[in-house]
Amino acid sequence: MSTRSLIAAVLVIIAMAGYTRSRAQETPNLGRPATPAEIAGWDISIPPDGTGLPPGSGTPEQGAVVYVQKCQACHGEKGAGQPNDRLVGGQGTLVSANPVRTIGSYWPYATTVFDYVRRAMPYTQSQSLTNDEVYAVTAYLLHLNGIIGAQDTMNAQTLPQVRMPNREHFILAYPTPR
Amino acid sequence: MAKRRPPMQDPFPAEPAAEHELLDRRLFLTHGMALLGASGLVTGAVPPASAAEPPDTPAWMQFPGAPFSGYGHPAKYESKVTRTNIQSQPGTTGSGGSRTPLEALDGMITPSGLHFERHHSGVPDIDPDKHRLLIHGLVQRPLIFTVEALLRYPMVSHMYFLECSGNSRPMYGATPPALTCGQVHGMVSCSEWTGVPLRLLLEEAGADLSAPWILAEGADAAAMSRSVPMAKAMDDAFLALYQNGERLRPENGYPVRLFLPGYEGNMSVKWLRRIKVTPTPTMTKDETSKYTDLQADGKALMFTFPMEVKSVITRPSPGLTLQGPGLYELSGLAWSGHGSIKKVEVSADGGRTWAEAALLAPVLPRALTRFRMAWKWNGAPTVLKSRATDNTGAIQPTRDALVAAHGTNVSYHYNAIQAWQVEANGEVKNVYA
Repeated sequence: MSTRSLIAAVLVIIAMAGYTRSRAQETPNLGRPATPAEIAGWDISIPPDGTGLPPGSGTPEQGAVVYVQKCQACHGEKGAGQPNDRLVGGQGTLVSANPVRTIGSYWPYATTVFDYVRRAMPYTQSQSLTNDEVYAVTAYLLHLNGIIGAQDTMNAQTLPQVRMPNREHFILAYPTPR
Repeated sequence: MAKRRPPMQDPFPAEPAAEHELLDRRLFLTHGMALLGASGLVTGAVPPASAAEPPDTPAWMQFPGAPFSGYGHPAKYESKVTRTNIQSQPGTTGSGGSRTPLEALDGMITPSGLHFERHHSGVPDIDPDKHRLLIHGLVQRPLIFTVEALLRYPMVSHMYFLECSGNSRPMYGATPPALTCGQVHGMVSCSEWTGVPLRLLLEEAGADLSAPWILAEGADAAAMSRSVPMAKAMDDAFLALYQNGERLRPENGYPVRLFLPGYEGNMSVKWLRRIKVTPTPTMTKDETSKYTDLQADGKALMFTFPMEVKSVITRPSPGLTLQGPGLYELSGLAWSGHGSIKKVEVSADGGRTWAEAALLAPVLPRALTRFRMAWKWNGAPTVLKSRATDNTGAIQPTRDALVAAHGTNVSYHYNAIQAWQVEANGEVKNVYA
C-alpha cells in the first residue's frame, strides 16, 4: 500500500468514526419534561419494599365491607373463589396434582396485593377504590389467609413488613438460565 | 437406519431418509411444487363438475368482477379461518385468550388479524393523539412522549415470533387434549415488527444504566405491568409501532407496545404508557402469582424469560384428515427465543428414526421458521413427530423428559416434542408417545 493510499484509508477510518459517534449522540429528543405532579398521578407501581405506598390505612373488618360490595360477586364468599380466582386457602397443595395458587398459598409479596387491587380491581371499575379501601381489602384478604391478625392495620409502614408464607419457595431463573 | 428401495413405479425416485418413507427433503424442491395440488391434503369440497370445468367457461369470466376496496379482506370462501379456542374468564369478555389457527396457514408470517391474543382486561380503545408514554424513575430527565413524537424516531424492523408463556398448556394435562394444532399451540404468531429502539429513549432520559430493571406498564384496564431486565431493555428491546407494515392492531397494543424478542409474550407489554427505571424488580401480579413456573417439588421458577426451542408439525394435524396412501408434504413451524433454528428433524415412526427437514429461507433468529418434508404414507397407522435444535445447541425435549424435569403443574413454557398419531383411516390425533 502506498503512502498516499494509506493516508486516504486512515482519513476514511477517522471520518467513519466521527460519523458513528455523532450519530450515536444525536437523537430526536422529542420528549418533554415530566413534572413531579404528572409522575405522581401515573406512578402506581409498588415494589416489595413499599416505596410509593400512599397515605391511608385499613383493617380486615373494614375490608370485609368493601369485599362484600365490590369483590364477592366474582371471587366468592370470603375469597373462596367462583366464578373467578380463588383468593384464600390452598396451603399445602402446591406439590399435589391440583395445586391451588392463592394469595395465601402462593403469592410471595403482600405489596403485590395492594398494587394489583388498586390498578385492576374491581374488574369493571379499575382504579375506582380509595387508598383506604385498597388497604382494607388487602388487610381482609391477608387476614382470611391467616397471615395477619383481625386487629392488624395495613398502611404504608406495616404492609411491606408482612411476611408471605410462600416467600422462600421462589427460585430466580434470571440472570441464571433455567 | 435401514435403506429401502422405493417401488419401481415410484415416479419420484429418492432414497428414503428414515423409516416410514420419509423422503429426501430436497424431493419437492427438485421436482417442483405442482405435485402438491394433486397429492396434498384435501380439506375443501370438490367443486361441482358443471360450469367451471373445461370445456365450459366459468361464470366469473363472463362479467366484470368486484370493484376496488379501501381495505382488503380474505376471500369469503376462507371465512372459516379464524382465531380459535377463544376463551374468556367467567363474567368477562376480554380477559383470556385466542389462538392462531396454525393448521390453516403456511409460510412464516401470521396475518395480523389472526395473531393470537392474550388480554388481561380487554382491548382498550386508545386515541393515539391522547396517548402518552412516560419514562421516569432512576433517570436524570423524566420525559413524556406523544405517539406523534415516537413516529419521528429512527426505527428498526425485524421478523419476530411472539409466544405466550402459557402456550400449549393443555399438554401438561394427564391425557392428550383432543384439540387442533392451533387450539393447543396457537399462542405463537410471527410478524414483521417495526419501531423505535428503547435504548434511544432511555438514553435521552438519562437513565441510570447501572439500575438493573425497568418496569413496563400498559394503558389497558388491568394496567398490566412487568419488570424487564435493563440488559434486555438496552439490547434489542424496541417500541413497536407497526406490525406487518401497518400500524399495530388494537389487540396487539395500538398505538405502541413494548417488544422483547424471544421473551415470553406477556413481557412485551401492549398499549405501553409507562417505563420506570427501578433498582429492583417490582414483583407485579403477572410476574409472581402468574407467569411463574411451579415445579413438582412445590417451588416455583421466577423470571423464566426466553421461550425455549420448539417445533410442531402443522400439516397434517388433527382435523386435517389424510385422503389415503400416497405422497404428502409434512409442514411445520420451529422457533427458539434463544436464537435461530439450526435444524428440524422429522420422524414418521414415532421417534425411532429421524430425517432432517428442509428449512425454508429466511431462517431468522427469534422468528418462526417453516420446515417441510416429503413423506410417502403407506396407509398404516404411525406417529409423526418433529424435533427442533437451535443455534445454541438446545434441542427440544420429549414430553417425558420435560415432565421429569419440571412436573405437570408448571402451566408455562411447554416446549416438548409433539406427537401426532395417524390412524389407518387418515385421521390425525394428538397423543403422548
